[in-house]
Formats: sequence, structure tokens, C-alpha cells
Amino acid sequence: MKSVHRKMTDEVKLYGFPGSPFGCRVETALKLKGIKYEFIQEDLSNKSADLLKYNPVHKKIPVLVHNGNPIAESVVIIEYIDDIWKEVPILPQDAYEKAQARFWAKFIDDKCIPAIYNSYGNVEAVAEATEPLQFLENELNVKGKKFFGGDNIGLVDICACYMAFWVGAAEEALGIKIMTKEKFPKLKKWCDSYINCQVVKDSLPPRESLVAYYKWRFGKAE
Amino acid sequence: MSDIVKLYAFRGSPYSCRPEIALKLKGVKYEFIQEDLKNKSADLIKYNPVNKKVPVLVHNGNPISESVVILEYIDEVWKGVPILPQDAYEKAQARFWARFVDDKCIPAVFKAMVSRGEEQAVAEAHVQMQFLENELKAKGKKFFGGDNVGLVDICASYMALWVGAAEEALGIKLMPKDKFPKLIEWSDNYINCPAVKDGLPPRETVVGIYKTL
Repeated sequence: MKSVHRKMTDEVKLYGFPGSPFGCRVETALKLKGIKYEFIQEDLSNKSADLLKYNPVHKKIPVLVHNGNPIAESVVIIEYIDDIWKEVPILPQDAYEKAQARFWAKFIDDKCIPAIYNSYGNVEAVAEATEPLQFLENELNVKGKKFFGGDNIGLVDICACYMAFWVGAAEEALGIKIMTKEKFPKLKKWCDSYINCQVVKDSLPPRESLVAYYKWRFGKAE
Repeated sequence: MSDIVKLYAFRGSPYSCRPEIALKLKGVKYEFIQEDLKNKSADLIKYNPVNKKVPVLVHNGNPISESVVILEYIDEVWKGVPILPQDAYEKAQARFWARFVDDKCIPAVFKAMVSRGEEQAVAEAHVQMQFLENELKAKGKKFFGGDNVGLVDICASYMALWVGAAEEALGIKLMPKDKFPKLIEWSDNYINCPAVKDGLPPRETVVGIYKTL
């Protein structure tokens, strides 16, 4: 049975791609805890033999390799990181609060992101994209704190990086409005707070690259 | 102070059975509230306003939704029989496979069911099922969880019961024994575990549901 413990010198590798919001999640978690890691940039059109070896099921990034042992799926990776490196907790201690955090992380992945992504290059889908966001807005309203995680960033904030950064870039690139300040004042305020955290700033790709990518991928031909 | 545990669920749903199996494994007393999915109760909507779905666990008045989130909560609160491994890496692997079952396996198998065994749909389902077959082979144990039932086994209840019921109801072959010997063996072992038997709906109920598909 494989068993991974902290060693004198942990070897941590992250297979990722700079524009990926899922890879960004893992980088933020690693930086939050001050974990040294090697970033291996994958060419998504020509995936490395290592990536295919470490994630044979999905063949996707991000993959964390800790002392030679691979973990795939961004939320699974973050929970693993939180289990192994105890400093600066990402999930709440309390079982019920932890369940709520996991619920919202799943909601972001199952409902929010797909609905938003669907609306790129499909104007009719924009209204549907905002419906799930209303739940996040309400959650921030109810919680009344700076972050979904409370006074400090937590699992839900990290998973919501897509809303904090990728959505704005897509809005600019495609000339669409998904997350308006009028409809989502709390979410917009949260976005500002979140992307101004140093560890988050250090994990984000350059905005211009993302805007350029969205223009290329979804923009109408000139 | 005794815990008050309620489970809002639908007997026949492969997601609803998951918390039931977990609660029974741990010997936790609970009240089962059967929901009419065409006429959801005010309580269900109050407890799960976001998704308005079953299952929802309500523990001392506090609601938890999403079957895998509920399983992890149950495992953390009631320590008895563990559902997730202790070791962080093994735990990550269990979570990975649970996600795989939900994100890849069940949707592909469901598509094959709905298409009534259309060749391409079945072939795609088999691609996903092969990963589970390989995992059982590599592990070389009775269950995905090892010697005892764990998170992945509970999530894969769909494969153990719903697939066979659909095969019977729709007259199709989804999980042939020659292709998936380990999965078939695992299914037999799994549905015969006492806590699992108690937590699963009767096979005829599921066959009945599929006959109306």
C-alpha cells in the first residue's frame, strides 16, 4: 500500500498550463501554504509521456506529483494538500462548515462554470449563466465576510477563481456582460479582494494573454 | 443529547441509497423521509434551495446536500466503521475514483441505457467501465475500499444494482461477464454485504422504474 508522508525534502511537481483556472487553483493552494514546487508546463496539443503516465484516466492537467505519487482532479488535489500540509488551513475544521465548503465547490464546478462557459459566443445563454451566480451572491450576502472562507480565503474562494479572473477577461474579449456590478455587487467586491491577495496574484496568468485567447477562441471573425 | 438524523431521499435513486448505506454501515439511527419527486416537500426545498434535490441529510436541524458531500460528512461525524481511508494519498485516490464514477462512468452508462443498448453508446460506456475493471484488478481486493466497503464502492452502487436492473428491464447487455469479470464479482460481493443490502432498494423496484423509461 502506498503511503505518502512528509519527508525531509518533499519533492512536489505540478503539471499544468498557465491559462487553466484549474491549475491556478492548485498553485494558489501551494503558494498559500508556502510549499516549494516545480511547475511543469504541458503543451495541451502534445501531452507529455509523464502526464499520460500520471493521469491515464483523464490525461488532463492539473496533476500534482508528491514524492513520485500522482494526484489528479483540482479539488481532490487541494484536499490532499490540505491534509498533508497543515499550516494555513484551506478547509474549515468544523465538519458541518467543511461540508458546506465542499457543497459550494461542487456547485461552482457543476453549475456555475459550465453555464458561464456555455454563454461565450452564445448571447442567448447569458441569462442562464447569471442564474447560478445569484446563489453565490446570496451566499456572500448571508455570510457577511470578506471571503467565502470567512476572514481568509478557503476552498470555495480558490475554486471561484474562474469568476474572479477568467470571466472578466472573457467579458472584455467578447464584449459581453455576465457579472455586472448592479446585479452582483457582493461578487464584484469579492473578486477585487480575491485577486488582490498576493498568493492569488502570483498564481494568475497575464490578463492580456487570457483576453487574447478568448478573442481567438470565441470572437467573431473581423 | 441524542442526535436527530433525517434523510430526505427517494428509494430507487442511486444517489439516495448512498447515505442510507453509510448510515447503516455506521449503525446510525435515522428517520427516512420519502420524497415524491414530482411534488417535492416544502422541507426539501427549504433544506436544499440551491438544487432542490434528494438526498439531503439533516443532522440536528442542519442540512447537507450532495451525496458525496454527505458521505464525507457522515464519515467525519460518526467515527465507527471508516468509509474513507486514513492515509492522505489513499484518501485522494478514493475521492478521485468517486468523482470518476459520477463524472464519467454513470453518465456514459445512463446514455447506453436510454439509447436502449445502441452500439456506440454501449462501447463508450465500456470504455469508462474498463477503468473500474482495471482498478479492481490492480487492487486485487474484494472491494474498491480494500477488504471492506468504502467510498468508491458506495458510489459505484449504480454499477452493482442499477445496471443489472436496467439489463433485465430493457433486455440489453451492459456489463457482460466475459468483459468485466472483476466488476461482476465485485457486484455480487457488494450487494450481499448486510449494510448494503439494507440500504439498497429492492431490485424489483428499480426494474419497475426502468420499465417505465
